[in-house]
Amino acid sequence: MLALEFPPISHLIVWGSGGGGFNKVAAIYIFAAAMTLLIFVVGGAQQKLVPTGLQNVAEVGVDFVRNQVVMQTMGTDGIRFLPYLTCLFFFIFFSNITEVIPFVQFPANSRMAMPMVFALITWVLYNVVGILKQGPLHYFKNSTIPPGVPKAILPLVFIIELVSHFLVKPFSLAVRLFANMLAGHLILVTFGVICAATWAAGPSLIITPFSFAMLVAMTGFEVLVGFLQAFIFTILTAVYIGSTLHPEH
Amino acid sequence: MLLRLLAETAEGELEAGLTAVGRGIVYGGAAIGPGVGIGIVVGNAIEAMARQPESAGTVRTTMFLGIAFTEALALFGFVLSFIVAG
Repeated sequence: MLALEFPPISHLIVWGSGGGGFNKVAAIYIFAAAMTLLIFVVGGAQQKLVPTGLQNVAEVGVDFVRNQVVMQTMGTDGIRFLPYLTCLFFFIFFSNITEVIPFVQFPANSRMAMPMVFALITWVLYNVVGILKQGPLHYFKNSTIPPGVPKAILPLVFIIELVSHFLVKPFSLAVRLFANMLAGHLILVTFGVICAATWAAGPSLIITPFSFAMLVAMTGFEVLVGFLQAFIFTILTAVYIGSTLHPEH
Repeated sequence: MLLRLLAETAEGELEAGLTAVGRGIVYGGAAIGPGVGIGIVVGNAIEAMARQPESAGTVRTTMFLGIAFTEALALFGFVLSFIVAG
């Protein structure tokens, strides 16, 4: 009865690219980088005692990452990672939030490429910090052999910790961001398609207002998810760096 | 009855249908554990906040961390359900 035409899944996974491989995803990343630069270059240039405009945004952003992320996970030692973490947070947030901006409506992080790069940067960061802070051998021992493990199950724990520390951590970090944004985008697409199809089938259909209400509610929820995923990615990066900065004894 | 229906399907249709069923099973199976886990994490966090409202900020941050770690398993299932070949 209803022509519920869902676009084929390949449509959602692959976006057609323009000239030279430049597509919508790349355009959104340029937008996100430009917004981050705008906030911190323009907002940081004016150092007024009573902040106005962009300076407010920059100060609140830095303060938020400092108090909610760095201080909670690394303490004062981690202040030198504050610039990177703040940029990371704002960049991920701006490339997520395009999911709910009308006529763009696409989260750039629902492609695996950039989340993977962020996760690799995190992986390199925490390994380099660990090696510099503890020395290569000590770092390897500390990250694979947790303190107070009975001798009998040590081989098993060693393998689990080895895989978990060097492989699963960056992989799950990337997949978490990517899959959350992809899932949110799919939900919005689903309800959008249902709305359009039921409206086309007959505006008096009783199901239309419900699916529209769900679309509105989910759009609100995706704003929260976009913010939360940026926050979680930043705080997990901080937690991983913190765990190699202050090893358990 | 069912066999006759199966015999009537066009070439490749059965395979596509079974793939869809497989994807459903992969994601559904992967969502069970994390669903229970996130419930436990959030439930205990709310209890902690109710008992000690002054520590709500710390508890909330830790709660999101716990959710993120638990949720990862469900998301692996979600991604795997796309990888299941058609």
